[in-house]
Amino acid sequence: MTKQMLKDNLLAYALLFPSLAFLAIFTFYPIIKVLDWSFYESVMSVKRFVGVDLYQQVFQDEVFLKVLRNNLLLAAVTVPISILLAMYMAVWVNDKMRGTSLIRAAFFYPTLLPMIAIANIWLFIYTPDYGLLDKFLGCFGLEGQSWLGDPKWVLISMMVMLIWKEAGYFMIFYLAGLQALPKEVYEAAALDGAKPFQRFRKLTFPLVMPTTLFVLIIATTNSFKLVDHLYIMTKGGPNNASNLLLYHIYETAFSFWDMGNASVLTVILLVILLAFSIIYYGVLDKRIHY
Amino acid sequence: MKKLSFLLIAFVLILSACGGGTSNNGGSGVNRAASTQNTSEASGGTENPPAEEPVELSFYFPVAVGGPITSFIDKLAADFHTENPSITIKPVYAGSYQDTMTKVVTAVQGGNSPDLAVLLSTELYSLLEINALEELTTRFEPVYFDGFYEAFMSNTKAGDQVWSVPFQRSTIVLYYNKDKFKAANLDPEQAPANWDELRDYAQKLTVKDGSGKVTQWGLEIPSTGYQYWMLQALALQTGTNIVSNDGKEVYLNKPEVKEALQFYVDLGRKDKVMPEGVLEWATVPSDFISGKTAMMFHTTGNLSKVKADASFDFGVAYLPANKTYGSPTGGGNLYVFKDIPEERKQAALKFIEFLTQPERVAQWSIDTGYVGTTPAAYETELLKKYVADFPQAAVARDQMEYASSELSTYQNGQITKLFNDNIQAALLGNMTVEEALDQSQQQADEILQKYRK
Repeated sequence: MTKQMLKDNLLAYALLFPSLAFLAIFTFYPIIKVLDWSFYESVMSVKRFVGVDLYQQVFQDEVFLKVLRNNLLLAAVTVPISILLAMYMAVWVNDKMRGTSLIRAAFFYPTLLPMIAIANIWLFIYTPDYGLLDKFLGCFGLEGQSWLGDPKWVLISMMVMLIWKEAGYFMIFYLAGLQALPKEVYEAAALDGAKPFQRFRKLTFPLVMPTTLFVLIIATTNSFKLVDHLYIMTKGGPNNASNLLLYHIYETAFSFWDMGNASVLTVILLVILLAFSIIYYGVLDKRIHY
Repeated sequence: MKKLSFLLIAFVLILSACGGGTSNNGGSGVNRAASTQNTSEASGGTENPPAEEPVELSFYFPVAVGGPITSFIDKLAADFHTENPSITIKPVYAGSYQDTMTKVVTAVQGGNSPDLAVLLSTELYSLLEINALEELTTRFEPVYFDGFYEAFMSNTKAGDQVWSVPFQRSTIVLYYNKDKFKAANLDPEQAPANWDELRDYAQKLTVKDGSGKVTQWGLEIPSTGYQYWMLQALALQTGTNIVSNDGKEVYLNKPEVKEALQFYVDLGRKDKVMPEGVLEWATVPSDFISGKTAMMFHTTGNLSKVKADASFDFGVAYLPANKTYGSPTGGGNLYVFKDIPEERKQAALKFIEFLTQPERVAQWSIDTGYVGTTPAAYETELLKKYVADFPQAAVARDQMEYASSELSTYQNGQITKLFNDNIQAALLGNMTVEEALDQSQQQADEILQKYRK
């Protein structure tokens, strides 16, 4: 290592130091602490070392299993749909035509709203009988459901709302990705007489794969992170039918004051998110051409 | 190059120093309050008489109902300061009840106890468990506590010890739409007095269109968030409370509770006078205001909102009786904390006494819609006049005679949650009434077991 390199490294670390410090204080330290706490039974003032007992208990807990299933289902449905929708919208508004910026703004607008506001709006949309959705269905003579009151519908209702919120956000990434694509390949494809769908499948889709990977990670983690709406809309009910992992953690920690179990749940959430990131970066990343 | 890198490093250091500074300033008011306290203790000493010593109290409070509550509280604090120049109340608006509880518990466990807080009356046992509270039994004359409605006092006590003072309290009442009553040929001045009448009225008030689709429901009882509270009301009307007065026992599967839950379930699933399934807590008042339902069970906390928004004449009545009238109380109490110096406790007690004077209780009730906590408040000119203009406000007061304490136990959050989940399962038809209540009792017993030694 030359002196110059050492100097450069030093400079780099100096520049990184503030964010590293914040990362250490607000991310690494809490992670270690949560790991530590997950081995203690800790309810209110009691704190007692119990090893992995809490982990064993949590996997027999019906509520936890239900919540986990809900969350995985939510991710499995909302992530692909909102990504495909985002891609579709981005390709659409990427073309130069009249009113593009207006449409872009319209697609992006749900992202600008705070989750709490969205939850209140959709609470009204889903209100039985005189809510927006039921009124709309009424025009076609269809009868609405108790969208948030029926365990069969509540998770689906949530999914629709989340897709509506998330798709516009992901569209922005795709739009940026699309605008950076080289023009030459499209000109060549046009000369060869490729149809629009062929152009999309053979050129656009593979070329925006780096964006897709990025969006995939954001979307998956978001589907575990977005829970604010539960607070307004259902509180996880009816009978936990719409409860999600993070909200369950919040309740366990700050409503039951059961820090031990909350820590265990947090560790599980961390492992899940870490696993997703590893799969995405480790497997998909190798198949993508940058 | 060297110069540049040094410059950069210096810049970075300055930046991070600024960052640190900001986060210090952002720290809670408790810190500042604590440091003020330290200096006043240091400077206090011998030459100043104790009354002159400035005391600053941090007062955590939540906002749970509509209206400019924060400005009312600020005004109360300012008025108190004028009366007692040596005491400054610093109100800390802390979010919802739940957020306030979170902040208080975190502060207590961090050794930074607040001085005074408004928290749910049902949090009593959780706060006792972390040993956060100052006992108030001997801090006031017994006659002071006797001044409150008994049903409000029962949630301030664990056994015979008093741990808090009633402040913003509510209860459940029946709201009904007088126009709809007239349309259904019912006497608009006569609300249903018992369960049979309630079911009967609700049937008459349920309106269907040509295709058999219901366009107006007879009754709505909400079933998210507070279904335990609603069921508790029905159980009280059947003649039993579901909780002991020491927070260690619950009686969730008594025959009376089963009868109550069966009634709750049947209204939707069998009698078809209430929408089936789960009814969102916040949607029910909108349903009532928009005329989708002719009657509802809801908190008195919504009285002001319904009064402001309803375009029709509405009545408020006791909850109908089964064997007796009954409703649990709800809302928040004033708590004083243990881990603070004596002179601040004294100041906090003084402030509590100030807040609970009849005139202030009356004003608070008018401003917020909460039930006045003392009979004396209803004797003031202020509230007398208000009740004369708006007789609906008196119903909650009169019902206090039949009211009882709200479900409050050790591990209250967990008990409430499991009970709520099981009630919903019964309302949805996923479980029978017996299964739901037996399971609730069993789960609750498991949790409460360790407190029963």
